[in-house]
Amino acid sequence: MATERSLSPEARSILGAGISRRSVLAGAGGLGAASLLAACGGSGGDAASSENTVRWGNWPLYLDFDADTKKYPTLDKFTTQTGIDAAYFEDYNDNDEFFGKVQAQLKLGEDIGYDVVTPTDWMAARWIRLGYSQKFDLANIPNAGNILDSLASPSYDPNRESTLTWQGIMSGFGWNTEKNPKGIHTLDELFAPQNKGKIVVLTEMRDTIGVILLAQGVDITKVTEDQFMNAVDFMAAKISDGWIRGVKGNEYAEDLTSGDATAVIGWSGDMFILSSENEGKFDFAIPDSGGTISGDNLMIPSTASASGKANGEKLINYYYDPAVAAEVAAYVNYVCPVKGAQAEMEKIAPELATSEYIFPSDKTASRLHVFRSLTPDEETKWAEAFQKAQGN
Amino acid sequence: MSITLPKVRVPYLLLFPGFAFLFTFFILPIINLAQTSTQTPISGGDTGQYEQTLAFSNYVNAFIDNREQFARSFVYATLATIFALAIAYPLAYAIAFKSGKFKNILLVLVVAPFFTSFLLRTIAWKQILGEEGFLVPTLRNLHILGQQTTITSTAVAVVAGMTYNFLPFMTLPLYASLERIDPRTIEASGDLYANGITTFRRVTMPLSLPGVVAGTLLTFIPAAGDYVNASILGSPNTKMIGNVIESRYFKIVDYPTAAALSFTLMAAILILVTLYIRKAGTEELV
Repeated sequence: MATERSLSPEARSILGAGISRRSVLAGAGGLGAASLLAACGGSGGDAASSENTVRWGNWPLYLDFDADTKKYPTLDKFTTQTGIDAAYFEDYNDNDEFFGKVQAQLKLGEDIGYDVVTPTDWMAARWIRLGYSQKFDLANIPNAGNILDSLASPSYDPNRESTLTWQGIMSGFGWNTEKNPKGIHTLDELFAPQNKGKIVVLTEMRDTIGVILLAQGVDITKVTEDQFMNAVDFMAAKISDGWIRGVKGNEYAEDLTSGDATAVIGWSGDMFILSSENEGKFDFAIPDSGGTISGDNLMIPSTASASGKANGEKLINYYYDPAVAAEVAAYVNYVCPVKGAQAEMEKIAPELATSEYIFPSDKTASRLHVFRSLTPDEETKWAEAFQKAQGN
Repeated sequence: MSITLPKVRVPYLLLFPGFAFLFTFFILPIINLAQTSTQTPISGGDTGQYEQTLAFSNYVNAFIDNREQFARSFVYATLATIFALAIAYPLAYAIAFKSGKFKNILLVLVVAPFFTSFLLRTIAWKQILGEEGFLVPTLRNLHILGQQTTITSTAVAVVAGMTYNFLPFMTLPLYASLERIDPRTIEASGDLYANGITTFRRVTMPLSLPGVVAGTLLTFIPAAGDYVNASILGSPNTKMIGNVIESRYFKIVDYPTAAALSFTLMAAILILVTLYIRKAGTEELV
């Protein structure tokens, strides 16, 4: 049916309104705070597992949301179509922190409160290595074949048996267009005098250090420890010299809107949402020297029950339907991993169908690089250096 | 027999829930933490896998690596305690002696911040001290702050946030001890020709000391371990020991160092507090 294929009225109203989620984003600072609170012990997925539910832990602002009705249009449609209740938790704030929160339960095989989680590539690799994930029953996910060829065989899950990409994330430079009218395309432009003390970089080590390494001419698919430590030292010096004011997760968006930050190493989707909410006051670009790309992955934890797993697979299958994927991408503005979604986007938001940031062309894709996977030893040692540079 | 036995048992029975609670949620975790603090990574193991090797060197390394953050925690906590005392003493004094019929309303106002979450209040401070608040532009217009100078992400913001957040903990014990002072002692002081200052110095102040001790402890101890203010209002250059423990635990997945740091922090606070109480005297702590 034609009406079913087009955008749901709720989603349309959001798009029509120029994505008015100010209230949601204004609370972005609260995300970090909520994560602090979570770190104090509270776990998000409180709903009990039952036959007819699926519990999904995802990153904040990562699913189409209608601020007026406080609902997730595509998720509601999923429930209508399948009769499965979806409990959605926006409490995956940080890979390390989420891992820290649930690891003990995973080890003991106790329910962690989620049937679907959304870790970033390297963290998904860790879960798989440790046996904390379950292999999909691909019969339940016929749409799995819709994944983009470029994403179909990552090193940690070559046949996509346990993970499917949720969204792809580009990192690069974001800036306040009033303070940086010419934009920021190189590291030198980032560290320009007008941004002194007002630069925020990401807590995600592979993105921040990745962008710095690329600017230093290093191939991040083969980065050595010396090169990495060198880039960390560069960041540490910029922090102690007062150039970088903070190393943050999603909260950098709030610093940009409050004026406390004028330039960031940030994520593409966040920057586009910020820009559309602030009449083009912000912009994003992949650095001339290249940006990083990574993926967040839908994954079923080892502790999910049989029914939770089956429902989770149905949920994943649903979001791999090109029409649904397009609807989500129209809202989150991240790289859409689903084949055919671009054609669907033509129907609902033609101006987004040509966006290089949602559907990157080969030329754009060639400027994006994936940080190489690290051994457990490197993971600990490099994370330690990165944390120390932040004063921890 | 049948009468005396229950009498012996009753106190223990009444204490049992408390003991059981503390055992489960305090003693056991402390033991677990102690065990974790001397572990080392399993060679060839994955991230976050550790084995017991009784490596007490963890404590030495953890302390040496992070002595800067330890020092900063105690400096910030001390400053916040002093500022809180400076603000809370006149406040408590006014409520206890000068507020008349407004006493109860004022007391409610002191406690009112607790009606909202600690985190929200700290985030609110970020807005107040931020670029778009009224404070920074005003100070800039008055040329007190330079055009490029900011307040958030500085030690000033962290200490200010801590002072504010712990102010009620300072005010309430101070109020309680000031309020208990018998007005006749103050009248007597006047009768003996002491002026206001002398009365305060020789009568009011000494009688309120238990409140000062309790208030400073209630402020200093949580402030030294606090990491929320430094996270939200600070920068990488203002990280406190709580931030290091958090990052060791969650980011680096280095549980032994996080545990060793936690114990070191507890020990340091315990020693400082013991010295302080010895010096200040413990009689009549509120």
